[in-house]
Amino acid sequence: MVEFLQFTLSGISFGMIYAAIALSLVLIWRGTRLVNFAQGGMAMFTTYVAIEVIYRTGSYWTGFVSALAAGIVLGVVCQLTVIRPTMNKPPINAVIVTIGLLILLEGLAGIFFGGQFRSFPTAFSQTGLKINGTPLGVSRYDVFVAAAVLVTTLALAAAFRYTSAGLRMRAAAFNATIARLSGIRVARVLTVGWALAGLLGALAGVLVSPSTFLYPNSMDTIFVFGFTAAVIGGLDSPLGAVVGGLLLGLALSYAGGYLHNGSNLVPVVALVILVVVLMVRPDGLFSATQVRRV
Amino acid sequence: MTMQTLPRRLGAAAVTAVIVWFLSVRLDTFRDYQIAEIAVYVPAVAGLTVLTGLSGQISVGNGAFMAIGAYATALLLLHLNWPFIAALVASAAATAVAGGIVGVAAARLRGPYLAGATLMLGVALPALAFAYRGIFGADQGLSITFTAPAFLGASFPLTRWQAWVSAVVALVTLVLLANLCSSRIGRNWRAVRDDEVAAALDGVNVAVTRILAFVVSAVCAGLAGSLLAIVTSLVAPGAFTITLSIALLTAAAIGGLGSLPGALWGSVLIVLVPTYVTDVATSHGLSSSVGSNIPIAAYGAVLILVMLVFPQGIQGGLVGLLRLFTGPDQETRTAHDAPAPHATPPADEAPASHHEKEGTT
Amino acid sequence: MSSEPAALAVEELVAGYGGVVALDGVSISAGTADITAVLGANGAGKTTLLRAVSGMIRPRRGRILLDGTDLTGRKPEQTVRAGIAHVPEGQGVIPELTVEENLRIGMMSRPLGRPRAERAAALDEAFERFPPLAARRRKLAAALSGGERQMLVIARALLARPRVLLLDEPSLGLAPRVMAQVMDLVVGLSREHGITIILVEQNARGALAIADHGVVLNLGRVVAAADAATLAADVALRHHYLGF
Repeated sequence: MVEFLQFTLSGISFGMIYAAIALSLVLIWRGTRLVNFAQGGMAMFTTYVAIEVIYRTGSYWTGFVSALAAGIVLGVVCQLTVIRPTMNKPPINAVIVTIGLLILLEGLAGIFFGGQFRSFPTAFSQTGLKINGTPLGVSRYDVFVAAAVLVTTLALAAAFRYTSAGLRMRAAAFNATIARLSGIRVARVLTVGWALAGLLGALAGVLVSPSTFLYPNSMDTIFVFGFTAAVIGGLDSPLGAVVGGLLLGLALSYAGGYLHNGSNLVPVVALVILVVVLMVRPDGLFSATQVRRV
Repeated sequence: MTMQTLPRRLGAAAVTAVIVWFLSVRLDTFRDYQIAEIAVYVPAVAGLTVLTGLSGQISVGNGAFMAIGAYATALLLLHLNWPFIAALVASAAATAVAGGIVGVAAARLRGPYLAGATLMLGVALPALAFAYRGIFGADQGLSITFTAPAFLGASFPLTRWQAWVSAVVALVTLVLLANLCSSRIGRNWRAVRDDEVAAALDGVNVAVTRILAFVVSAVCAGLAGSLLAIVTSLVAPGAFTITLSIALLTAAAIGGLGSLPGALWGSVLIVLVPTYVTDVATSHGLSSSVGSNIPIAAYGAVLILVMLVFPQGIQGGLVGLLRLFTGPDQETRTAHDAPAPHATPPADEAPASHHEKEGTT
Repeated sequence: MSSEPAALAVEELVAGYGGVVALDGVSISAGTADITAVLGANGAGKTTLLRAVSGMIRPRRGRILLDGTDLTGRKPEQTVRAGIAHVPEGQGVIPELTVEENLRIGMMSRPLGRPRAERAAALDEAFERFPPLAARRRKLAAALSGGERQMLVIARALLARPRVLLLDEPSLGLAPRVMAQVMDLVVGLSREHGITIILVEQNARGALAIADHGVVLNLGRVVAAADAATLAADVALRHHYLGF
């Protein structure tokens, strides 16, 4: 029973990380209709920025905030320099450009920060919490991870729903033509989308790095699972991203824990889940049928 | 396929073979090894460029098929002592089956969903090698002994033999692919890529066409995997990470999606650029962590630049340059079938998408 | 004719896509609050004309003048702020947004936002004037019927208070009775609010019934331009180009 709880809570914790990556992918997909293969690489890079700041200032929170700021900046810079020129070309080109960006970032990280594994600190203890002496299988840090992603997600959702800027972004995502003809600066909206995606990726990076160590390729697997979560949920659906992330996190946690040879079979389990979902819903769980336009 | 094109293709292949032979004899062992490396990639990149460029199905997981081909070949060579040719054919058959399975599973998937599924495939399959250590030799993998045949003499460099074998397989694959691409099957691929509904109305079986493309690209990757086994003499999971699948895709794109000559350029670039940059870096005495990462950063930068400057890849760029010198032909379509953007008159109702057209922005 | 510049003047406009020339020297002049019907068969260049005026495509030659100001080659974001609103065919509302949100988007073209109170008042006014929209205020626009969607389009256009409104096939897909209601609304825009309207329509009869002037395009050229009554009376022209 304790084991089950442990796997569940750990699954939720990792699931939220996948959800964060999935959300950033959904943000970019809805705005620009492309998959940002560099999302994990960007997250890795901003986490390196955080760790350098932490080393120099000794403060975790300064590093944390720096990572988020760096994420915003990196998102904007990437979109303006490298992505915007691909806008009128075949979509596959933009995908390849993001792959190039990923490779470039990994190389740059190795050059600037060194390739060795580095451990990343946490602000909260990672020892398991207990109630009346019974271990819960989750630590304060795990709670922090889940809460941070949840709060950020809810804040973004609220901003999208209730602010004018959010309306602009949704309008541009649903119909860029009407948006432009309504005076919305769609180009600017796209840049903001990338900035937010960078922020979410940076958050995922600092949250997961204590568990995975930090090295140029450390976010590769997280990206793959985040992408998988986004696909499972449906690339157009932010809710799908969160649900997909949690589902995947839980499933992989149980698989890793209960299956014989589990830890090696985790990617295989993920593949099976993905295939099963896509067989039934080729566009993801929360894909809406195409709405008829006037 | 007209009667003239086959001899032309065989001729081009023969000329390339002669060039390769010449280089392999004149250059040193290391260069021979590089030729072999390039030749290993060529079938895989060619198969992928056909799958993604011609039939419009993006795959970020073809490294998995290379793994299947490699492991199958290794197991047959090691445990059953089959001759290489037999192992090659058997591995191709195995990968064909795998390609069929994947093709069927992927038949209804499009765009990013297909990318996601194949990406996961590329990660999951090598994981199996770790999971079942007994058969697959775990981290250290399976080592193979591959030797040059006796009639070449005892002092014949192994690398040259490896280069020859790989080059022959690569060239044969290219010729066969070229024939396939200009056949009815190739036309069906393009038709389905461009407009599924129209193709279906024309009587093309969309699902079979798409699955066939997967099978063909899988077989090509399988062949590449078999070559990898004998060139590196080792088959280990570390060689088949997602990095490999991504490398194949980038090579195909950088060369020009849908272009067979492009597959050649892409394979050359993917082998030579990192090596060249490493040489430059070490000759400047840079530290190992910097030195080993510069080629990586450089490849990424090259990829971005080529895609921005030559959206149709290198082959497209070359064709464009050629046209600059020889003048535009009347009515020539772009030489390659990489899907190009074209501004369309308002009759179609394309929802605002990634390539918002009309020449604005 | 007064000496002040036309509300919208298009001079010898040439525009196209890739190798295709869709507009081959088209000139149009529309005065304040005029309704000008742009008619012709499919492929005549009607939609291209609107796209060129709003800036969705860049003209190759010719000029576009709004109250005498040269707007040629400006992008949509700029022409919208200058006062040209364009409703493309089949893209009047965003179905995934609510009715109210669609209306709020209509107000985004005004330069440098009005104060919030003013915007809220404008919204309330729109709902008063169009009760069916008020009833479905928080529903997704996807849930509206065809006629209600066009009503939403008109309401949004009103909120944007453009100088010139370019409407592309507003009656497409609507039942005849609903079509008539939409046309009435369009007339209201010009008569009560002084908005100059360029109306592209397949339904030539209905368009000429409400228009002041008509322009008939064929293969990118103007083949007839006169006041609506004259065009409607020209039976040969109607049969040849307009299908009735």
